[in-house]
This record gives sequence, structure tokens and C-alpha cells, in this order.
Amino acid sequence: MTSPAATPALAEPSTSASSGSARQRGGARYVLGKVGGAVVSLFVIVVLSFFLIRVVPGDPIRLLTRNSSLGPAQVAQLRHELGLDKSLPAQFVDYLVGLLHGDLGTSANFQQPVAQLILQRLGPTVLLVGAATVISVLLGLWQGTRAGWRRGSRFDRFSTGFALTLWSAPTFWLGMILLTVAGTWFPTQGISDPDTPPSFFPQVLDVAHHLVLPCLTLVAVLYAQYLLVMRSSLLEEMNADYLTTARAKGLRDDLVRGRHAVPNALLPTVTLIFIQLGFVVGGAVTVETVYSWPGLGLLLYQALADHDGALLQGLLLVLAGAVLVMNLIGDLLLHVIDPRVRAA
Amino acid sequence: MRIRRIGIGLIAAGMAVLSAPIVAQAQDTPQPRTLRVAVTGTIASMNPFMAYHLGDTEIGRVMYAFLTSYSRDDFKPAPGLADKWQVSSDNLTWTYHIRSGAKWSDDQPITAKDVAWTFNKIMTDKTAATANGNFVANFDTVTAPDDNTVVIKTKKPQATMLALDVPIVPEHVWSKVTDIGKYDNLQYPVVGSGPFTLTNFTQGQSITLKANPDYYGDKPAYDQLQFRHYDNADAAVQGLKNGDVDVVSGLTPAQYTALQSTPNVTTVKARQGRQNDLLINYQAQTNDRQPVGDGNPVLKDPKVRQAIAQSVDIKTLVDKAYGGLAEPGSGFVPAVFEQWHWTPDAAQEQKFDLAAAGKLLDEAGYAKGADGVRTDKQGKPITLRLLVDSGIPAQTAAANFIKGWLNQVGLGVTLQALSSDALTDAGSTGKYDLQINAWTGNPDPDALLSIQTCGNLPDAQGNGNTENFMCDGQIDDLYKAQLSEMDQAKRVKDVKDLQARLYSLDSSVVFAYPNSLEAYRSDRWASFGLQPAQGGSITHQNGYYGYLLAKPIDSGSSGGGNTTLIVVIVVVVVVVLGGGAFLLSRRRKAGADERE
Repeated sequence: MTSPAATPALAEPSTSASSGSARQRGGARYVLGKVGGAVVSLFVIVVLSFFLIRVVPGDPIRLLTRNSSLGPAQVAQLRHELGLDKSLPAQFVDYLVGLLHGDLGTSANFQQPVAQLILQRLGPTVLLVGAATVISVLLGLWQGTRAGWRRGSRFDRFSTGFALTLWSAPTFWLGMILLTVAGTWFPTQGISDPDTPPSFFPQVLDVAHHLVLPCLTLVAVLYAQYLLVMRSSLLEEMNADYLTTARAKGLRDDLVRGRHAVPNALLPTVTLIFIQLGFVVGGAVTVETVYSWPGLGLLLYQALADHDGALLQGLLLVLAGAVLVMNLIGDLLLHVIDPRVRAA
Repeated sequence: MRIRRIGIGLIAAGMAVLSAPIVAQAQDTPQPRTLRVAVTGTIASMNPFMAYHLGDTEIGRVMYAFLTSYSRDDFKPAPGLADKWQVSSDNLTWTYHIRSGAKWSDDQPITAKDVAWTFNKIMTDKTAATANGNFVANFDTVTAPDDNTVVIKTKKPQATMLALDVPIVPEHVWSKVTDIGKYDNLQYPVVGSGPFTLTNFTQGQSITLKANPDYYGDKPAYDQLQFRHYDNADAAVQGLKNGDVDVVSGLTPAQYTALQSTPNVTTVKARQGRQNDLLINYQAQTNDRQPVGDGNPVLKDPKVRQAIAQSVDIKTLVDKAYGGLAEPGSGFVPAVFEQWHWTPDAAQEQKFDLAAAGKLLDEAGYAKGADGVRTDKQGKPITLRLLVDSGIPAQTAAANFIKGWLNQVGLGVTLQALSSDALTDAGSTGKYDLQINAWTGNPDPDALLSIQTCGNLPDAQGNGNTENFMCDGQIDDLYKAQLSEMDQAKRVKDVKDLQARLYSLDSSVVFAYPNSLEAYRSDRWASFGLQPAQGGSITHQNGYYGYLLAKPIDSGSSGGGNTTLIVVIVVVVVVVLGGGAFLLSRRRKAGADERE
């Protein structure tokens, strides 16, 4: 197998200096193209999210004030305060002007600025989904490597089968089972106990204690995809000539795998990891709901349930923005670590 | 490799040290005795001018005293900040005497000026009227001639002047607030006058309140009251079993039954001011009398509605659909409000009788077709859509029973179980034939009755608060009469007459007053102040007695003892990590001399 890294050098028979600047120009164009694409996507999301939410039937004010003690005058006042008595185009202009000033509007249900709500919930989500992603990536890559290396072995069959079973289990159900089985030793609600002393160490331990079950649930449903991608991309490398060469040099099996096979097999996995990292901010709606984890996923669930337009718009913007940014980083990183992308 | 092992050792030691402070602290300081209550609904605002969610108003009740309160025994008006009151002979001027010596939680005296300021704020500032504007709509002026006297003049006589559910706020704090809509009222400790003072509100997680030593009434027998937010009712039940919370409310019949056999847990089946009814859509309209929606025209025939009412077996619904955890329905005002509740006498009652219902439909000219389904006057088979909230098991079960009975009398029924959003949307736009609905009433029947008046029909934008688009001259007259009637006995008669008229129109069939199902940790708490005192509930009261009068059991710890557990977990984690690292390092060592 020839190294793909050799291709650009062959295709560009100029001096090394000019080839360097050409590569820089190509690099700049690549980066600009990707960033520009992301900005356009974000604008489309702003427009789409605004109108999509309003296409969904259901009047948020009617839903909020159902069976409450508010009379018609108060209901009308509430509608007026949230700007929902204006025409659709006027509301859209208000929304855009607000966005340009960094104002995401006010949540009808929580009666709080949307930006403030999202910021409050961002930390817990990044903590939960971040921790779960790191653990799943490590676990998935490790098991995927071992399973792929010894395909058909008992370890392969067991770990792949086990991961797939967990992956296909409904998250909500899995969470409730865990809560029932292990709930005696772990808290059933929230991110921290309000009675924990406010000093640093007890707080950290308390949050870690609350994190165990939700994190475990997320890892259980997440890690299979890393395992499978790693396993299949390692299988593709298995019969490559360079592995035979490495073995011929007398290298131990562990080293052949660790230094030669895995680095090549990692490339598709990196793309997957960064796509997934984008969804980190999106949280895990079901896991957060089961464990009442005060994150963005839970907020999204509540916003959907209450038809809370401003909150939904803000959340969609932030969530889509996170996916775009992470994809962008993934693309750029791939440009650095995979020579074939640079060549393209 | 030795370095690696030393590193592992250091991490283990570090984690052991990390767990030490919490152990020390947990043992040194006595834990405050806390009543922990699980809440599942949204709690949005601690600002009493803006708070209208059910959960918000419940917190408001323990933070702020009202002008008057409702007695624990039977919901009759009782003293609050006002200990005496009188009404002028023209029924337009109410004079309240504010109790002396009452103090805000920051030691400032509570005076009549605070009361007057609160009401005037709601009357003059549209935003401040968001939550409680309807209480002052009929107010002309509110003044405080001296520190102990509040005088409220109303435009028309108003019988509900002892049922003003408006939290009274301290003028010396709130007069400095410039934009009341944006004020979060989270300056701890929040200055209040109720039995508890708010010390922390973490959105979506917990609310902590401390007992207020300055409260003028009974003092709680414990230190703090805490509400913990659960998004999932099953997790809340698990939390009760584990001891994370002491009280859980809003249980489903299945959860309630399961908890009955759980050790250390006592279940409470409480009467509550809630009713479930079957709406019959025959007059969906806006406030300018424009018809809306798509109700089946056949329902405009009173005989058809009466036949439907006679096809609902209330006893079977209570026994089977609610598993006996409800009271049989009759009048529109729930049975727990005994004073106002109405039941039909034998002559008025539309008894369950399928044969009679069938006969009624035969006589009205709706003959059965070949397939057993009756046809309307145009010869089309009658099929009615029955809408129900898919999230409430008892109601969906009731809907299935009702469908069966209606089919037996020859009326086709399509059952549609919808999300509560979709149901609200269909309900408020009149797009249904039949619908299972629920409403919660107050100790004063005025608010509940008002949803049956023309004045609450929705405008074109949908601003309104009607149950079933009711607009009837006789009902409106009775409603106005009861509102201005100061003679209690006469007002009761008006309210009952109104319910009788409503019943005779067959706009809806009230079939159940479901029980409120709660459970608490009986190893920690001996008793609670139920309202009503006989068979009442702990939570969602028209008062604060449930929390105020809760009696802890002395011997039990108030929970929070997870320290040992944390230490055990830390030790397990350290052992697992250390063992893994040790094995790994051994394996590495075995092949370490191999070089590329």
C-alpha cells in the first residue's frame, strides 16, 4: 500500500517554498469555506426555528393559563407583555433585533430571560454529557480495539453483544431500572443536595455522588457506537501490508496494534467523536428527565411541553450552534491529522 | 513503573482526604431538622405579583400572610393579617382591623400601609396585576387611615372580600422595585410575613425556607421546609422510599396502591377541591357570540344531551375507573366545599338508565340504522368524538366506560386520547363533541362559577377562561346575585340554584371528585395539619397548615446521612482504580524489555 501522503507532493512539482505558500492558501480557503458554511447554516436555523415553532398548533398563553385563576384581562395582559399579540412578521423583526443585541427574549413559562435560563443549565449539561462522552469514548475505543483485533473471540462476541443490547435498550427504561436497583445508594434527584455544606470539597463530592447514576445510564447507551466504529475500522486495517511488515520486524502483537493499526483506524472515530461532542450541549433529554438533572435537555423537554416559543428558539439556536462549532473543529482537526483531507 | 504506582497511591490518598471534610462537618454541626417535599410541577417565580403557577402560589402562601385565611376545619374565612372586619350598611365599604404587634421577618412592623400599598400597586400597575388582578377588578379605593385600619371601597357589592388570595408584601422593600415584571424577589432572606422565610431558590432543583420566628401564628416544630424538584413522578416515589424526600403528592392510583405496603411509608387519601366532568359541546362561541369550532349539531338538541347524561354510570366510574379513590360527582362545586356543594334531589336527578336514554332518543326521532347506530335528522349516522388526556389513567379509563355506554344506546363514539396540550387546544377552540375535563375550585365558589358566565367567553384572540363556552341568562343572573349577596344563607342558595340550572342544561356531566393521593415517611413524621381537618390533604391546600403543623418524630434523624456511603464509594473507586492500574503495570512490565 502506498502512503496517500505522497500524492500532493507528486502532483505539485514546484519548489518547496512556493508549494508551502500554496498549501497555506489552500488551508486558508478551506478554513474560510468551512466557517462561512457554518455561519450560513446558523442563519437558516434562526429563521427556520422561528417559523417552525409557530407552525405547531397550540397557543402558549392558553396552555399556561389553563385552569388558573387568571381572568380574560390578565390573560390578555400576559400575551401583551410577551409580545405575542403582535403580528407574525412584527414578532420576527422583534426577535431578530433582540438577537443582534444578544437578547434571546423572555420565557413565557419561567418568566425569566431565556439567555439566563440557558446559562444556568449549560454547566450541569456539559458536566453530565461531557463526563459520559469521555468515559464512553475511552471504553468504546478500548473495547472496540480489542474486539476488532481478536474478531470472533469470546471477548469480541460478548462485549459487542453486550454493548449492542445496552444501545438498543430504551434510555428512559434503563434509567428507571438503574434508579430502582441502585437508588438506595445514590440520590434520586438533581445535581446536588441543598443541605451540603457550601465549602469546595463537600460540594464536589456531592455533585460526583449525584453524577454517578445519570452518567452510568448515558455511558451504557452511548459507548456502543464508539465500540462499533472502532471495531469495524480496525477490521479494515487488519490485512494491510504495513501490519505484515511490522510483524516481520519482530514486533509484539500489542505494539503492532498500538503503534500501527490503531492510529490509522482512529480517523473515522475522530469524526464521530466531534459530531457527538456537538450534541453534548443538547444534553440527554431522557436521562435528564429521569434523574431531574437540571440541564439543557430537561429545559428543552419543558419548553416543548409548554410550547414556550422564546425558550425553544433560544435552545435550538444554542444547540444547533454547538453542533456546527464542533463539526467545524472536527473538520479543521481532520485537516491537520489526515493528510488525505489536505490533498482534497 | 514504580512511579506509576506511587502516583496511584497519591491519588488514592488524595481522594481519602477529600472525603474527610464532609465526614467531619457532618458529625460536628447538628443538621437542621428539615421537612422535604417532592414537587413535580414547574415552579417559576417567587415574585408574588407575577406568580400564577400552582406551585408558585403554594410557596407564596407560606412566605406571605394574606389579609384573611381559610380555616383548617372547613375552609370558612378566618383571621389572617386582619383579625376583625366589618362591612358598611350599603355593602360597599369594608373596614379591616390589622392585628397589632405583627412583624416582617426583618423586624419591621406590619401595618395597614403595607396592605394598602400592595392593593394599590395591583390596581395601578398593569404588570403587577398579572397574577392577582382579578381580585381587585371591582375595587374603587384602598386606603390606610391609620396603622391598624384598612378601608376598601368597592364599585359594586362584593361577597368575596374575605377570600382575597393576595400575598401582602412589605412596602419598605417593594416600593424600591422599579420594574416589577423583571424583579425576581430572591434577595435572601426574602422579607416575608408567613410561617416560613425563603432562603434559597435554585430553579428546577430545590427551594429552601426557614421557620420564621416572627410569624404571628403557630410556630413550626422543625427548622426548615424544603421543596425538591422531580421531573418524573416515579423517581419521586423512589425518592420517598430512599428517604430523599418525606412527602410525595399527586400519586397515581397505581403508585398509591404500591406504596400502601411499603414499610415506614403512610399513604393519605385526601378529599380535594377538584372535579372531573364530561363536557358536551353544543354552544362553542366567542364573546361576541360568533360560533367557533366544529361540535356535532345534534348536540344542540337538549334531549340528546340528557340521553348522554343518563348514559353515564357514576358509581361504576368511581369504583372501576378510579379504583374507589374518588367521590361520586354531582354538582359543579366539589363535595369537599360542603357549604356550597349541591346534589340533585330525586326529582331532578338524571339517573343512569340506558333504557330510558334509548327511549328518549327514539322519541326525539333518532332512529337506529341497520348497524345499530342512530342517525341524525339528515339520515347520517351519529358519531361523536370523545377527547381525553392520555396522561391521566383514571380519565382514559372513564372515557372507555362512557364510550361503551353510549354505544349501547346507539351513539357512535370515536375515542381520541391526546396530549394535554392538544386537548387544551381542541378544548379552547371548540373542536370536540365530548371531552373529559378537570377543574380545581377554591373555598369561595366565585372563581369556579365565573367560568360558566358569558363574561369569560374567549375573545377572537382566545383570551378567556371558560369551561364549556357556557352563556346563559339565568346563570349570569344567579352569578351576579351571589357575588353581591352579603347574607350568607341567601348566597348559598344562589350558588346552589346556579349549580341546579347548570345541571339541567346538561352542558357537562360531573362524574367524580378524585381524591388527592399522597404519601409520607411515617418513621420521621408523626402527623400533619390536614385541611379540611377530617380527610384532608397535606399539600396543595388553601392554607399552609400541612407544613406548619407537621410534627416530627424525635428519635429519627432528619436524613442527609449519606456520609458513610460516600466514604464507601470513594474506597471502592480507589480499590478498583488502584487494582486496575496495578494489573496493567504488571503486564507492561512483563514485556517492557521488548523494543522496536
